[in-house]
Amino acid sequence: MINIFISFLSFTFLLGQSNDMSVQEIIQAMDDNLNAKSRVLTSKMIVHGRRSSRTIESKNWVVGIDLAFTEYLSPPREKGTKMLKLGDKLWTYSPQTDRVIQISGHMLRQSVMGSDMSYNDMMEDRPLIELYEATLEGSVEINGRDHWIMLLDAKVKGLSYPKRRAWIDKEYLLPMKEELYAKSGKLLKTSTMDGIKKVQGRWFPSRFVFKDELKRNSKGTEWVIDEIEFDVDIPDSRFSKALLRK
Amino acid sequence: MIKFLTKGIIRDRSRSLFPVLVVTLAVAMIIFFQGFMDGVMNSMFLDSAVVSTGHVKVMTKGYKEESQLLPNDLALLETDQLVDELRQNHPDHFWTPRITFGGLLDVPDDSGETQSQGPVLALGIDLLSENSRQIEIWKLERRLIDGKLPENANEALLSTRLAGRLELSSGDTVTLIGSTMHNAFTTYNFTVVGTFKLNLGPADRQMMLVDISGARLALDMENAASEILGYTHSLFYNDTAAVALRQKYNEINSDTTDIFSPIMMALRDANQMGTMVDYMSAATGLIVGVFLVIGMIVLWNMGLMNGLRRYGEIGMRLAIGESKGQVYRSMILESVIIGCIGTLIGTALGLSLTYYMQEVGLDYSAAMESLGSTEFIFSNVFYAQITPELYYIGIMPGVLATVLGTMLAGRAIYKREMAQLFKELET
Repeated sequence: MINIFISFLSFTFLLGQSNDMSVQEIIQAMDDNLNAKSRVLTSKMIVHGRRSSRTIESKNWVVGIDLAFTEYLSPPREKGTKMLKLGDKLWTYSPQTDRVIQISGHMLRQSVMGSDMSYNDMMEDRPLIELYEATLEGSVEINGRDHWIMLLDAKVKGLSYPKRRAWIDKEYLLPMKEELYAKSGKLLKTSTMDGIKKVQGRWFPSRFVFKDELKRNSKGTEWVIDEIEFDVDIPDSRFSKALLRK
Repeated sequence: MIKFLTKGIIRDRSRSLFPVLVVTLAVAMIIFFQGFMDGVMNSMFLDSAVVSTGHVKVMTKGYKEESQLLPNDLALLETDQLVDELRQNHPDHFWTPRITFGGLLDVPDDSGETQSQGPVLALGIDLLSENSRQIEIWKLERRLIDGKLPENANEALLSTRLAGRLELSSGDTVTLIGSTMHNAFTTYNFTVVGTFKLNLGPADRQMMLVDISGARLALDMENAASEILGYTHSLFYNDTAAVALRQKYNEINSDTTDIFSPIMMALRDANQMGTMVDYMSAATGLIVGVFLVIGMIVLWNMGLMNGLRRYGEIGMRLAIGESKGQVYRSMILESVIIGCIGTLIGTALGLSLTYYMQEVGLDYSAAMESLGSTEFIFSNVFYAQITPELYYIGIMPGVLATVLGTMLAGRAIYKREMAQLFKELET
């Protein structure tokens, strides 16, 4: 989950700190800011289904862009479920079945815990500078704050979202709103963020709202960051398959 | 008189054997044909009803609109209460909840790591309830290839094709990977207890059957179901009655503005089944009708020929003083006796043939395999079906047509002059 979060955060820095920066400098600055050495965070995901809403709490440990471990804390049905990402591989462990299952192929397109995010969203967390070419489309004022409108086109093949449009706050350098498109130009997902706070010297949102635009009547998924800590020492043993069963 | 005529018929083989034989064969063929067509039609509808549509079924309005996606987040809730209401309000049907879901089956190796995976279409049906008729209507005891039927919630039956593809056999454990009704990721272990073969074309290619209690545990669907299916107690699909029931139910229960309100569909509403129902009913009626008419013409002609053949005998009988009316009536009575005997034997023969085809069927699996992409659930084996009408349908061609033919031939009796009769006697 943290990877999605970081992925979205990345756009913040795409646009740079000032109008004087080139797009490349903005992207580089964004990657430098977002790709922290490590992160530990506790969060709540509120999935607004068509019938009811569910809140899923989890704790995440992330090192760089290759290692991530998630443990679900509640509700009871989800408690104890764990996920491990090692590079481009993703495993999940469910205490009900006591099985470690690798999620691959079309399963990666499935929703994470019924949310509006897919496993693919979790996997694609490489620095944006490696993935997209950015073009500035213009500026706009939203809720009294200046934003850039930035179009990002994929420069590598196989991405879930070959095209993105982001509305970036010029002060926070965060993509307050994003539209994620398929290659055909079809809108697949949207995201917004709010509750921006300064955390360890960086502006950081405390709430994201993701919406799968392909889901009819979808009310979106809220992701609320309760606690986050950057550059924490995390032992390598945290990212072992053996830990999934413990 | 009847005894006298019967003796005459039996003693004169030309008056008994051939006519009875013709009536018998014609009646037997008509009965068998009708039984076979009924069987094919009902079998096709029942197969569809059992696997997918029910004779009628209830689901939420939202589920109906997205049914291709198996959207269990739009499932019916409080299904025990809904089923009870349906049972009380529509006792001419039996009602059963069902959960249909897709996912992946993950087969572990000895160390618990994934050995193989394959897509699965699973049905959670009521296999374990005391009064459930699911095992009967699915014909699971007959269709079980090996193993046994599930006895608890975490036991599953796999189609032979799915089991073969994943190299599974009875006793193996598989993990279902899917989504709960809240769209959350879920895994659930099932033990394979047997394999089955539906003989319904591609329908069971990826099929797994579990008890609905297991599906509810796996998908977090306590007292919920994708659909509630209704079947007539006789398992005969009556399209008119089903459509009437659907209209009545929807008028009372369905709210067009609420995607969670229940809505009923009849078998004809699913997957172009309406066209199929109309086409099959019309085609069957036409074919059987044509066959019946041909049979009647044959028997009528036989009665006619039989009467004409006996002109000499009739002339003699008139010459020795029998009245025309007496001769005419005796001929008709004879044809009634022949018709009845032929109809009785023909009905028995036709029913026997129909019963044989009802039990054994006509297997055309090879032809159905070539229709792998069809959306219709169609049986690989044609079975005939004995229906109540088969017991009396033979009377019309067997007795009435024979008698009509004789009556027509007998009309000549009244037209003949005595002089002509004596002339015929001389020859």
